[in-house]
Amino acid sequence: MTLNTGIDLVYLLAAIGFILALKGLSSPRYARNGNLLAAAAAALAVGFTFARPEVRAHTLNLVLTLVAMVLGSAIAVPAARRVKMTAMPQMVAIFNGVGGGAAALISVVVFVIEAPGQPAVYRIGEVLFGVLVGCVSLSGSAIAFAKLQELMTGRPVTYPGQQVINALVGAAILVLAVSTLLTASVPLLAATAVLSLALGVIFVLPIGGADVPVLISLLNSFTGLAVAASGFTLNNNLLIIAGTLVGASGVLLTRMMSKAMGRSLGNVLFSAFGSVVTAGSGADGTGETRSVRSGTPDDIGVLLAYSRKVVIVPGYGLAVAQAQHTARELADLLMERGVEVFYAIHPVAGRMPGHMNVLLAEANVPYDELKEMDEANPEMATADVALIVGANDTVNPAAKSTPGSPIYGMPIINADEAEHVVFLKRSMRPGFAGIDNELLFDEKTTLLFGDAKDTLGKLVSAVQDA
Amino acid sequence: MSTGIIQFLTVFVLAGFVGIEVISAVPSILHTPLMSGSNAIHGIVLVGTILIMGEARGAAQITLAFFAVLLATLNIVGGFVVTDRMLEMFKAKPAERPRRNTGGGDRREGDG
Repeated sequence: MTLNTGIDLVYLLAAIGFILALKGLSSPRYARNGNLLAAAAAALAVGFTFARPEVRAHTLNLVLTLVAMVLGSAIAVPAARRVKMTAMPQMVAIFNGVGGGAAALISVVVFVIEAPGQPAVYRIGEVLFGVLVGCVSLSGSAIAFAKLQELMTGRPVTYPGQQVINALVGAAILVLAVSTLLTASVPLLAATAVLSLALGVIFVLPIGGADVPVLISLLNSFTGLAVAASGFTLNNNLLIIAGTLVGASGVLLTRMMSKAMGRSLGNVLFSAFGSVVTAGSGADGTGETRSVRSGTPDDIGVLLAYSRKVVIVPGYGLAVAQAQHTARELADLLMERGVEVFYAIHPVAGRMPGHMNVLLAEANVPYDELKEMDEANPEMATADVALIVGANDTVNPAAKSTPGSPIYGMPIINADEAEHVVFLKRSMRPGFAGIDNELLFDEKTTLLFGDAKDTLGKLVSAVQDA
Repeated sequence: MSTGIIQFLTVFVLAGFVGIEVISAVPSILHTPLMSGSNAIHGIVLVGTILIMGEARGAAQITLAFFAVLLATLNIVGGFVVTDRMLEMFKAKPAERPRRNTGGGDRREGDG
């Protein structure tokens, strides 16, 4: 058995590890082991790659490889460790984007090496695919990061002639790609790469902040495909298998996520939420002048303390205020008084599907108190109070009643069916989707303004006194 | 077209089916960790970047390859660490849950 055959066998083992890891990651019980298995498989494959003679042939190259790896780990580990749970989604976006960038760079270097020898058309095709998809993933993820990090507006960005510009960029990439195929010219490939980066930006700009998580999942799938393309250019089965696994499962995951929001993937990507937002916000022009009822913590504390059943509906506001521990404290206190309390979790509460479960798990909220939307909704009508903490779009009845609304058709938590509705909100600012919520103006609704952690803390002492 | 590419295409198609099959039903609470975990898995592109650095000659190629290794390392290391942090939250909780008498301060008795 030659050395390279041995290494290929190790790659096969790593590929099996990845498949089992994905399987594990889709069940709550084995998820953590699945991730550790994938990490072990990756470490094994990377370690044995250094046994290849061509990797060790030139000392300078080998040293630079190690320097880059040490540097990369020194940046990535603290970043991943320190990031707040609320900022997870943008962290995943950025790690995904750089992966796409790495795949694109592999394709570029292979092309630069092989171009003088007039490579076969299909070889250039593999390179082009890797460069195009990798670059779109890189720049798209960067914009997604900027949107979630609020470095730029989370609203869909639209401008006149958007469709025309998109079409022009698309056509230009097509022309450049075909010319690269025919001429094997390096400058043409570079131009294709630059335009692909631009395509990633204009593809993501019109997608609204609330939809960005679905988009990240799609870009994750793109990076997988770009990695598979690098596998083709390098004749490496491991990269093909790992990249394709992620590419294929990513498409499926993306569809599941958009289904959780009650929309089709096409609708998420191309409806430009934006074009309808104007229609939605036109209706709320009167919002400023309409009256809402705001209550004192004491009133609400009494209301909660003497209820039989309270449903807590957490949203992103709870997450940013890091109020999950205070929320649990309030829930525990109410339960001690014999009030039935559970949390109703919308699938996209927070910024990503499953995000809220992670946050509440961090605060040691037991699983049996967390109810998914489908399980919670039938119980809403019998609840005395729906306590909405920093959520907005996920309880907006416009999703059921207003066909013109951008969120029409999205499943919501039926907080409006509870006997009383209490909103803990920072301000009257609309939610991430950028539209007003009728429920705020309903006469059974009481509002308590302020940072979620503060207001929950006040409610805790009010319930104690009640 | 060489037979090599056909073999790679075969692997590609079969891996695609496996990818779809293996995550057929995922509860929504695991959507985020699964996305993050598969994000880490495509970080295996690091293997490709190490190989390409081995082939790189001249300042331009080596510089590009250097950044490729750097970016891929960020992807794979950051991806696995972030996913592990998310999944840490999912470990089975012990059944008993201490009922704290609210979060005030920890007043110790017999202090004065």
